[in-house]
Amino acid sequence: MPPRRSPARVRIHPLGDTALLAELGTRLDTALNTRAIALASALKKRRDVRQAVAAHGTVTVQFDPDQITLEALATAIRRAATRRPPLDEPGRLHRIPVVYDGLDLAAVAEQLGLSPRQVIELHGRPIYRVFLVGFVPGWAYLGPLPDELVLPRRAVPRTRVPAGSVAIAGQETGIYPLDSPGGWHLIGRTSVRLFLPDSDPPSLFRAGDRVKFFATAG
Amino acid sequence: MDRFAHIAANVLVENDRSAATLECTWSGPSLVAEQRCVVAITGADLDPRVNGTEAPMWTSVELDEGDRLSFGHRRGGVRTYVAVRGGFGGDRWLGSLSTNLMTGRGGVHGRGLATGDVLTVGESEWAATPGRTLAGDWRPRYEDHTLYAIAGPHEAAGLFDSAFAVSHDSNRMGYRLEGPTLRSPTVEILSFALVAGAVQLPSGGQPILLMADHQTAGGYPVVAVVVSASMPVAAQLAPGDELRIVETSIEEALRQRSAQRSWLDSLTS
Repeated sequence: MPPRRSPARVRIHPLGDTALLAELGTRLDTALNTRAIALASALKKRRDVRQAVAAHGTVTVQFDPDQITLEALATAIRRAATRRPPLDEPGRLHRIPVVYDGLDLAAVAEQLGLSPRQVIELHGRPIYRVFLVGFVPGWAYLGPLPDELVLPRRAVPRTRVPAGSVAIAGQETGIYPLDSPGGWHLIGRTSVRLFLPDSDPPSLFRAGDRVKFFATAG
Repeated sequence: MDRFAHIAANVLVENDRSAATLECTWSGPSLVAEQRCVVAITGADLDPRVNGTEAPMWTSVELDEGDRLSFGHRRGGVRTYVAVRGGFGGDRWLGSLSTNLMTGRGGVHGRGLATGDVLTVGESEWAATPGRTLAGDWRPRYEDHTLYAIAGPHEAAGLFDSAFAVSHDSNRMGYRLEGPTLRSPTVEILSFALVAGAVQLPSGGQPILLMADHQTAGGYPVVAVVVSASMPVAAQLAPGDELRIVETSIEEALRQRSAQRSWLDSLTS
């Protein structure tokens, strides 16, 4: 017999008067991510829930306070979170060509005590998991990054980052699908289109997909 | 941005609350009615006029064929809303008629309106009544720049009750707030799905208030979330405007929310 699951500990934080954040965990972890995705799809079926969006290990829930209180919804979420999530099937594999000439490549290498070549080599080594699609249309959070590349985000985000920029921050990497504001470190660029406005969902990547980067000449 | 004004404009012309309205920022357009219609103008006072004569705000107004609705000087607030009985037509994208400028989708060809555009109006079963109005007491007090908020998942001292100004580096995604530099509370956190009204605090210490076109996820600490009843006021702030974020309770926020909604319901009856 499999061991009994311990009761799921879920931290609930209000987000204003009509939303809450349910936190299953704070680590970058595939199993946690799978549970968050399962919890969000369970919550989406409720009539008192307007929207439930899974992130790495959290679910942001927008609800109708005329139908349910924050406390009652928190109880329902804790109960739903103990259910076993479905098995995580490996997603599609995407191979992404990158020209590693990003604005921040030299600064990133210096901050990490590496050469730019080492940064490029390390970035292309893992097969990353898509933890969630969000931020702007087509953006996907990919990770985990090799420990050697972990850096805090920029202290002040840029107001405009060009579309196609490949960036890193924290334990993750991503590609800016559109010209948008952004606080990550830019290490390269790709010509692959991530935002597909006429598809549903309008994004090349889906949560659970896998991504491998390789260096290419400009 | 200002959902209250958007919904009120629709309710005044007896539309579904989600019908498309025009959001006009800073200055209004000049619109010529190609057919008789009933419109309502809500939100910021941009001095609306029909054929040059002052037109009432927060009131349904009939336009005859050839009538011109135009706007003069901005007198308060930033965004005015124009609803027409039947709703404006447009391209629907991801279930919405809203224009998304970043992606160039939705609304009228995914862009802001330009001179010469012809706006279509949806069918309606009956004509709306002109002269329906939202009484002055029930209109939002846009001039009071107090935003009520609930403390966020991450704490930061000094956010509540300090004076901030909306930076010129602000748009429909969010407002950067200029004021005291706050100490960012947490180390890096993994991105999570965000809501409008969230106050993010990047490590630089300058808070960002997320608005209607906000990014759907982000990893900066969220130190407060402005309550739903205060978002219409936030939507009408201009760069340079001063504001205060005052902590409130969920109970009080829900009370304000019900009060606001009863105003809208009073229009329906």
